[in-house]
Amino acid sequence: MIPELGHFALIIAFAVAIVQSIVPLIGAARNDAAMISMARVASVTQLLFVGLAYAALTHAFIVHDFSVLYVSQHSNLVQPLMYRISGVWGSHEGSLLLWALILSIWTVAVAAYSRNLPDILMARVLAVMGMISVGFLAFMLFTSNPFERLFPAPLDGNELNPLLQDPGLAFHPPMLYMGYVGFSVAFAFAVAALLGGKLDATWARWSRPWTTIAWSFLTFGIALGSWWAYNELGWGGWWFWDPVENASFMPWLVGTALIHSLASTEKRGVFKSWTVLLAILAFSLSLLGTFIVRSGVLVSVHAFATDPSRGVFILAFLVVVVGGSLALYAWRSGAVISYGRFQWFSRETALLLNNIIFLTAAGAVFVGTMYPLVVDAFGIGKISVGRPYFDTMFSLVSIPLLLLLGLGPLVRWKGDSWQRVLKSVWALFVISLVVGLLLPFLIEGELRIATGLGLAGALWVTLTTLKDMFARLAKSRRLPLAYAGMVIAHLGVAMFVAGVTITMSYSLEKDLRMVPGSEYDIAGYSFHFMGTRKAQGVNYDANEAVIEIWRDSKKVGELHPQKRVYSGKSNPMTEASIDKTFFRDLYAALGEELDDGAWSMRVYYKPLIRWIWLGSILMTLGGVLAVSDRRYRQSVKQKISDRLSPAGA
Amino acid sequence: MNKRSRRKLLILAVVFGMTIATVLGLTAFEENLLYFYSPTQVKAGEAPDSHSFRVGGLVVAGSVKRSPDSLKVVFDVTDNAESMTIEYTGILPDLFREGQGIVAMGKLQDDGRFVAQEVLAKHDENYMPPEVADALEKGGHVNKQKAMEGSKP
Amino acid sequence: METEKPSTLRRFMPLIIFGVLVVFLGIGLTLNPREVPSPLIGKPAPAFDLPLLEKDGRFSEQDFKGKVTLLNVWASWCFACRQEHEVVKYLGSRGVRIVGLNYKDDPADAKAWLARLGNPYEVVAVDRDGRIAIDWGVYGAPESFLIDRDGIIRHKVIGPLTDPEKVEALLVAARENGMNELVTVLTDVRQKIR
Repeated sequence: MIPELGHFALIIAFAVAIVQSIVPLIGAARNDAAMISMARVASVTQLLFVGLAYAALTHAFIVHDFSVLYVSQHSNLVQPLMYRISGVWGSHEGSLLLWALILSIWTVAVAAYSRNLPDILMARVLAVMGMISVGFLAFMLFTSNPFERLFPAPLDGNELNPLLQDPGLAFHPPMLYMGYVGFSVAFAFAVAALLGGKLDATWARWSRPWTTIAWSFLTFGIALGSWWAYNELGWGGWWFWDPVENASFMPWLVGTALIHSLASTEKRGVFKSWTVLLAILAFSLSLLGTFIVRSGVLVSVHAFATDPSRGVFILAFLVVVVGGSLALYAWRSGAVISYGRFQWFSRETALLLNNIIFLTAAGAVFVGTMYPLVVDAFGIGKISVGRPYFDTMFSLVSIPLLLLLGLGPLVRWKGDSWQRVLKSVWALFVISLVVGLLLPFLIEGELRIATGLGLAGALWVTLTTLKDMFARLAKSRRLPLAYAGMVIAHLGVAMFVAGVTITMSYSLEKDLRMVPGSEYDIAGYSFHFMGTRKAQGVNYDANEAVIEIWRDSKKVGELHPQKRVYSGKSNPMTEASIDKTFFRDLYAALGEELDDGAWSMRVYYKPLIRWIWLGSILMTLGGVLAVSDRRYRQSVKQKISDRLSPAGA
Repeated sequence: MNKRSRRKLLILAVVFGMTIATVLGLTAFEENLLYFYSPTQVKAGEAPDSHSFRVGGLVVAGSVKRSPDSLKVVFDVTDNAESMTIEYTGILPDLFREGQGIVAMGKLQDDGRFVAQEVLAKHDENYMPPEVADALEKGGHVNKQKAMEGSKP
Repeated sequence: METEKPSTLRRFMPLIIFGVLVVFLGIGLTLNPREVPSPLIGKPAPAFDLPLLEKDGRFSEQDFKGKVTLLNVWASWCFACRQEHEVVKYLGSRGVRIVGLNYKDDPADAKAWLARLGNPYEVVAVDRDGRIAIDWGVYGAPESFLIDRDGIIRHKVIGPLTDPEKVEALLVAARENGMNELVTVLTDVRQKIR
């Protein structure tokens, strides 16, 4: 009964979403207050019903209602509660429901926190978000109903893919979706502004905090995904340039360009139509990400359900949303004139260059991800793009980016003297370069240009960022939160770059054949293989190896990598064991049992790998801090009275 | 220097930078394209002998031979028409099994051996790499759709 | 420096690029794997000779002759087989001749599975290493082959028989080949699973 209620709630939510996407628009056109106010009512009602549907599905998972097909496919009796709850978004249908839920949460958040917005703009924004919701709910109801019944109900279900049973992955999709869907707010603001024909600095100010918070979620979500891959895939990598990863990385790159471009538009009123285009692009890439993951057009190591009929639906949806908004852009952006003037050496130029670099990077990822698809479409052959391409592209892009990142925040808006800036940073530049290039020599007694440049870049960003911060602190004791957020995010970038550089240059790995009692030395650590024993979890049996780690004739740790066989599955799964510290990880993964008690295993030494995720967390924090700035709450009201023309805008 | 020529200089610098990035990018792209070949195509000599490529098929039952004192493994893959031998040193993925579809990335040696740098099997046991399904469909009488649905061993 | 009013071409550029992309994606989708009819259809069943699961004796392709048969490929580890088992049992109870092909399975597990869920099969042939299944173009379970009284394969169902579309297709094949009894039974099945 409850699953039927859930299904019914979805249908109602669909109907409400249709109302939400049409009525307020008509109201805005006719300036009809009653119709405009429908926007808020509808968005709250929609959240209520989508939430109800979501609760119904979660309930079915918790009580083991295997008469629901989706539940029986993705959970069984022995699955722990946590993974039954996260099982809701473990596969296609449920993750769409999660997407819809998050979209309605964002919609209500916009309705609630933007009481100061002009009603007409608000009505348009909510209507655009309602349209997106219509698309997703229709997708679910017509092609992927999570409440489909299975008759007769089996006694037990099929287990959730064991790979997905990890806390990192349990929370990865919700975070990622918070980011993806969050860009729909920036998108909705952009489209609403185009509809109204009024794009000014206030528009940028309104959409900026929403974009930043969405970006923070996306950053955190991607970091969690990478953390999961590192822990769970068993082979020590943290980023694979897999199409599914790229699908989340492209919106991130464009989103990063967007938050920087929004800064220029808000502060100086420049790059308006460009910013609008970026907002459309960021959300389009989020949708494309869904498309790539869901329809199976690309070969991917991630195993989501594949179904061409769903792909056709998503493609149609993409055409309507992206094509529609780009057509609107082509039609309306002619009226947009950016009035700000700036000189060639100015903050504006620096941010423009930032945008060019980020879009180049996004373009490189896009080509690497989509080219195989295009080649396949013309039947030329099946190809894939190797990892070195992506690595080369990003090393190339990161050098000018880091240089710019250090310099940009020091340059004043409108125009600055390059002599002044150069005078203040040349010493830092020389220090970073010399120390960076010397560090590899100190570590290993060997010069490595690429490693040295990476470290120099990280150092340069750190030093210039701190210098600017202290200079500001000297002038006034308080730093605005928005500025503090930027500092932390930029320091996060430096930390991330340092982590990537060191990990990529100095990681050691070895595939070994080990018999109990044998040992292997790596980076000053000695791995002693003591033997294997049986281990058991709630829903799996495992062979567990005991590996003692010794350093300087002292035992410093013990690793217990496992080979698990989950109940209901026939294949073993590798569960790596990692000894984590701030400066290095020691990592062991068990291969397979060879003859006479020997095991194949892989051991790694990974210095500073933790900095990759810590850096990402700093970036996330920076975003959160920037959004908490009082400016966004207090000044909206003033700005409206200052700048807004009378109703009907 | 006046404003106009400064602006031109800036644009020129950006265009120059982008050109270099594009050229380097395209070179890297060209070098890192990995083509997929089926065992039948490799047997017919269609695969390159100096470049890395990917090959895939089902692991032939009974063909997996491990070396007793190292991690070297030799096995055959088939598309149900032809089969070829693959040599790999290292740890095989969890889902590597006889009868399972796999994809190997590596190079043909001068003596005709295919030495893999990487062997991939899919994460999900219910799923077959699409290229493998495709190769099987062409090679033998196997239907591709099954790669996408139903339960697999 | 002043950012000027965007020119018409510049305004339409994003839309044009997107249009080109959509065309590619569209072509990509049409290439996506869809059900291709098995090349075995209309041909005699491939030769094989396998031991039986619960009895002594063997089963070969010659044994298909004389009666319309549904060859059902299944395994105890296969979740979808459990789903479709009710349908298979129903078919058996209505007098359809069903032969099982136990695929890549442990015979002990397979016997236990049948004991627990019921056994609708006339006989079950054991293809332990999946070698015969390769000849039949099987690499997954469940699958079902419709074989006529001359031992010719007439239709192949990929995936569980709980799917109305698949039953419909099977029904059409049965009708085309004049298997009237089976048509009656399948019409009832179609009724039940809707």
